[in-house]
Amino acid sequence: MTSTTATEHAIGHAVPAQRRGIAATLHDSWVVAKRNLRRMTRIPEIVVFGLMQPVMFVLLFSYVMGGAIQIPGTHASSSTYTQFLMAGIFAQTVTFAVAGASAGIAEDMTKGLVDRFRSLPMARSAVLVGRTLADLCQTAFTLLVLAAVALLVGWRIHDGLLRALAGFGLLLLLGYAFSWIGALIGLSVRSPEAATSAGLIWLFPLTFISNAFVPITSMPGWLQTVAYWNPFSATVQAARDFFGNQVGPVDPAWPMQHAALVSVAWSLVIMVAFSWLSVRKYRSAAG
Amino acid sequence: MAPAIQAENLVKTFGNVRALDGVSLDVPEGTVLGLLGPNGAGKTTTVRVLTTLLRPDSGRATVAGVDVLKHPNQVRSLIGLSGQYAAVDEYLTGRENLQMVGELYQMSSRDAKARALELLEWFNLTEAMDRTAKTYSGGMRRRLDLAAALVVRPPVMFLDEPTTGLDPRNRLALWEVIETLVEQGTTLLLTTQYLEEADRLAHDIAVVDHGRVIARGSADQLKAQIGGERVEVVVHERDDLTEALAALTPYAKGDPAVEKNTRRITVPVSGGAKVLADVIRELDARSIEIDDIGLRRPTLDDVFLSLTGHAAEAGENGEQQPAAKGRKGQAREDSHGEGA
Repeated sequence: MTSTTATEHAIGHAVPAQRRGIAATLHDSWVVAKRNLRRMTRIPEIVVFGLMQPVMFVLLFSYVMGGAIQIPGTHASSSTYTQFLMAGIFAQTVTFAVAGASAGIAEDMTKGLVDRFRSLPMARSAVLVGRTLADLCQTAFTLLVLAAVALLVGWRIHDGLLRALAGFGLLLLLGYAFSWIGALIGLSVRSPEAATSAGLIWLFPLTFISNAFVPITSMPGWLQTVAYWNPFSATVQAARDFFGNQVGPVDPAWPMQHAALVSVAWSLVIMVAFSWLSVRKYRSAAG
Repeated sequence: MAPAIQAENLVKTFGNVRALDGVSLDVPEGTVLGLLGPNGAGKTTTVRVLTTLLRPDSGRATVAGVDVLKHPNQVRSLIGLSGQYAAVDEYLTGRENLQMVGELYQMSSRDAKARALELLEWFNLTEAMDRTAKTYSGGMRRRLDLAAALVVRPPVMFLDEPTTGLDPRNRLALWEVIETLVEQGTTLLLTTQYLEEADRLAHDIAVVDHGRVIARGSADQLKAQIGGERVEVVVHERDDLTEALAALTPYAKGDPAVEKNTRRITVPVSGGAKVLADVIRELDARSIEIDDIGLRRPTLDDVFLSLTGHAAEAGENGEQQPAAKGRKGQAREDSHGEGA
């Protein structure tokens, strides 16, 4: 190491004026989000594998199972099922953002990066906000590709672009809310590997006990109640409505009749609750 | 003048492990305190409390006059922290890592850029600056990590085992950087498992064991207490022991120890290699055949043996699975070097 330039490094350099409050949070979150987006371009495998699973679901469900599942009020046909299915696959895909956030944050914890961030005079929530915002970008990209694949296998929107965008908006809101659940998991487990499985394992019952793949009326009574009030079902139903993909009459259950409202409410509740818990955990993140 | 770092009676427990059991210390401005101790002694936990990463159960601390518990964010803008795990993003380039840290210290993006380039040059990383840190060697990563801690030229620095696991060449290079910082007036708290490192870098040494400071003083004072360096001779014939002892006595700075069974004589000396050469000549002149001879410098083990009567023991609480590193302060101190 050269010591010739040493004198330039004298200490006592005043720390630049601090940004305050919300401006600081936004600035710091953006710096962290930028860092996470950069990482994604350096490890494209993560984005690619994140795409493969939902694409496989689209193909398998519409070609293999489509002919066997009957939607009430229609005849079984794989093209009807494809219309019905897509909102479900989209919604399942956005909830998988949980795994990205939980694994990413757990990795930052074990690699000591969280310590570095916590020793800097930056906004306390910025590491988590930056992470979830980057995940939101990845989710939006995944949805875009998935929508293109869906169009190829015969999926169509029937109520115009504006309503379709509203549908995607609800999906992204749910995905963003769920990435905060991922953040809390990432801060709570001890390794990135554990974070990945802890992030995914409960998503399967959550997404299957819903209207995503089969009509809720085909389930036993007690399970129907669970499925109707599943936050996931409301978003699927709302997206289906907005895409004009509802085949047959909308289920008469209240959460299904007011799906958009219920979806937004659930997403906001999840987001507020889990961001509060996560930031609290991060502040004290000793273990 | 108030000390740059002051801690009073810090206590921190993890479950039933008392990681800090009343640690008190102070570091006058512009000086270096070496926190010396084995794995699990509480060194890292102390650093984590002082750098606002961990709240103690009780006790108080100030850094640069600012209360660590009351105004943590103000403390964060006055300190630099570099640990034994290079906390750099391995998927970002060296330049991007430093720039990000600058921006998070609230520098403008232009200032952050300029400062990053300055530091990369100082740490000989200019050539590698546009490669991801993943491609860096261990020494390069550690340099990048230290550079990240220096982005705002903090007046107070915390270095947690900065050279653990480094090869001698990289260790020496890092020592030189640290010495430059100290010359410029930085106050430094350094943790280490190596007496040699504390000896070279620190003005004052605090020996930590089981969450307490068990001894405090300059390197010379501690060495005087534990006997400094020694010459150890193993003679070939047991009958030569008396003659060898006579040969060694003029060089002894304390009472020699003789172990008959192993035919070993240990004599405290001062003067290093020259004494060793003199002793060899003397033994040779007396035609005493020797099996082994060497100059022993006191190690952490010797310090502990003399201070506590037991050898330095690592992580008596068994909490050191690698998976847990970075979580509990206690668990972070797993070993990478010869250590305890």
